[in-house]
Amino acid sequence: MSIDSMFVHKMWDDDELSKMVAGGVPFAMLSDAGGKVGRIYGVFDENAGVEARGRFIIDPDGNIQGYEVLTPPVGRNVNESIRQVQAFQLVRETKGKEATPSGWRPGKKTLKPGIDLVGKVWQEWQTSMAFD
Amino acid sequence: MAEEAEAGCARPTGGPVGEETAEITESKHMVKEERQMIMVGQKAPDFIAPGYQKGKFVNVKLSDYLGKWVLLCFYPGDFTFV
Repeated sequence: MSIDSMFVHKMWDDDELSKMVAGGVPFAMLSDAGGKVGRIYGVFDENAGVEARGRFIIDPDGNIQGYEVLTPPVGRNVNESIRQVQAFQLVRETKGKEATPSGWRPGKKTLKPGIDLVGKVWQEWQTSMAFD
Repeated sequence: MAEEAEAGCARPTGGPVGEETAEITESKHMVKEERQMIMVGQKAPDFIAPGYQKGKFVNVKLSDYLGKWVLLCFYPGDFTFV
């Protein structure tokens, strides 16, 4: 979503993005002329008149589980967004019985919060596990 | 999900759905004062927005995606570089 019209989205997809992604961008490129939506999400820069690079993870109930907002010159890390969605999906599937510690990615150990874990995280998780 | 839209001469706009609508018609100053902070764990504000998807113009409503995981991404503009 950006402040550009859907006509400009089409031209960008036709003329440039489709040369990077076969068949063009698969998802909807949304138009937020005037920044009405961006303003509510807190990403509309009133001075510049454009939206920052904001990324919101919204769960199947419509709740925001996480967000990240960057100023324009730095791009996002798609792998990190996917990792976060995978972690939120795991938490949702286990109904919160499992939690994903720092550095978790699919296949790595989860933690099971509860009275037996109090003061014992050091036995279950080492700082080296925070890094890939 | 997304409903197909006609392309007319007007440049279509969307906007928030529901209670926030009144708030954004206030002056810029008022909006700043009253702007609700986005909070994790809280409802994502619903909106309708026109867009382009795979050869068609569409209208997208966020709440139509209930039941799915959604990544909503904002960016400064088409043809910006990163």
